[in-house]
Amino acid sequence: MIKGFKMAKKKFIEANSISFSYPSYDGIIPPLILDGTSISIEEGEFMAVLGHNGSGKSTLAKHFNAILIPTEGKVSVNGTETSNEAKLFEIRQEVGMVFQNPDNQIVATIIEEDVAFALENLGVPPEEIRKRVDDALKKVDMYDYRLHAPNQLSGGQKQRIAIAGIIAMRPKCIVLDEPTAMLDPKGRREVMSTIKQLNEEMGITVVLITHYMDEAAMCNRVVIVDEGKVIMDSTPREVFGNVEEIKKRMLDVPQVTELCHELKKEGFDLPDCVLNEEECVEALEKLLKGGVWNG
Amino acid sequence: MLKDITFGQYFPGDSVIHKLDPRMKLILIVAYIVLLFVADGLFSLLIGTLMLGVIYSMSKLPWKLVIKCIKPIMPIIIFTAVLNIFFVEGEPLFEWWIISVSKKGVLTAVLMCIRIICLIAGSSLLTYTTTPIALTDGLERLMKPLQKIKVPVHELSMMMTIALRFIPTLIDETQKIMAAQKARGADMESGNVIQKAKALIPILIPLFVSAFRRADELALAMECRCYHGGEGRTRMKQLKLTSLDWVAAAFITVGFAAVILMNKFGPEVFRL
Repeated sequence: MIKGFKMAKKKFIEANSISFSYPSYDGIIPPLILDGTSISIEEGEFMAVLGHNGSGKSTLAKHFNAILIPTEGKVSVNGTETSNEAKLFEIRQEVGMVFQNPDNQIVATIIEEDVAFALENLGVPPEEIRKRVDDALKKVDMYDYRLHAPNQLSGGQKQRIAIAGIIAMRPKCIVLDEPTAMLDPKGRREVMSTIKQLNEEMGITVVLITHYMDEAAMCNRVVIVDEGKVIMDSTPREVFGNVEEIKKRMLDVPQVTELCHELKKEGFDLPDCVLNEEECVEALEKLLKGGVWNG
Repeated sequence: MLKDITFGQYFPGDSVIHKLDPRMKLILIVAYIVLLFVADGLFSLLIGTLMLGVIYSMSKLPWKLVIKCIKPIMPIIIFTAVLNIFFVEGEPLFEWWIISVSKKGVLTAVLMCIRIICLIAGSSLLTYTTTPIALTDGLERLMKPLQKIKVPVHELSMMMTIALRFIPTLIDETQKIMAAQKARGADMESGNVIQKAKALIPILIPLFVSAFRRADELALAMECRCYHGGEGRTRMKQLKLTSLDWVAAAFITVGFAAVILMNKFGPEVFRL
């Protein structure tokens, strides 16, 4: 039944057993960064990609909008192969990408000019650019700052501008490569709620690469990449339910999940997998009110 | 110390001068500089000075800015004046030992000083009232015809824009690196010029490394946003000449005519 429901949705990005390595240099054969990875992303999904440094998760992400072309295998975006150079800009317009350091993605000295950058590159007529820029700035809640200079903004605000610069292209999918890694907790919250909103209200497919497990817990699919291979791919509840397995891979689970897992191991009566603070509070409350100590 | 570096020296305001199209401003400033050199007598040059005075008061900028922009070139002005006073030959006005000062020399010196001051004050007015980005934009559009002879106009202006964008970022970074090196015991204040220059190396190298890293990431981000050079690019902000621009052009034209008439029919005194 669940399978039938999944089939109904359209596959948007499909990677078919792709491998990637940088070209050999001085006779040294470089290691495979991606090693026969397959993944398919459906329209409207909110997916997290986890993996520790050097696992190949960023490299995988760069295949989704034809920044990198696999050395073996194929990636197709909405039915178009990424190796098709004639369609390069169409692919990049459909799959936007946001990077870690907000400072290094902003091109112009005025916020609204930066948001307009992609549209100017695509040759959109001026009146249309104006409209789309205003729309995009309102969506990320930064319209009041449109005439500011980038260096007057906080990290979270800059990152939202970078997101606005992408959604002005009206993409179907956004790939975010650790967008919150350089932000303070406030900035992280701002950016995460913006991303969530884009997914829920505009139906934009989101691929979120992250190191923060609580962010991954907000998604509806979690993929774990290790040594260039997808090793786990399921709902956050299922992936994080497997605490021991994840620990073995040198990764973390959300703090609340770990807390409940440890308590459960000690014999307390708690649900199998707790994903966020609300669930955790609820479960603990129930436990305390019940006053029954199993241990 | 680094915070004092203001690039472009733009002073925000909403005067008519601020509102002029940057293209028109650029053309008019060139015309004005030509005017200063066409004027061949004190009276014609005074017309030029008067024009500048009118424009300055319209821009509503504080007058002390004129002094601020003249100050750094004061040595050049004095040097030019001295050179002209003592070395222009002509009917001697005053003689002592081997020094002789001619009437023509004094006049040349005075005219030259007025010219240089007006030139600097006029072009500073351009940067005071125009944002660097508007200036770059105006330059790009004015130089567009040069694309036909393969001048990379779009690339040049893109480089300018990115440079302007990253100046505050890199200044910030420099301060961080300086603090980090000081924390490691780097001594940047003492010693002679050579030692001070050597002390800059541990600041410059990390700065360059990080600038290259930034450039790499920025290029990637630009590629993701479909950047492929100037071909087929449109702009959100279209520059439009308004009636204000034509009034400004008329003003300079009238001034130009007045200078030429003064050259031709004005009094014969104080002329070269």
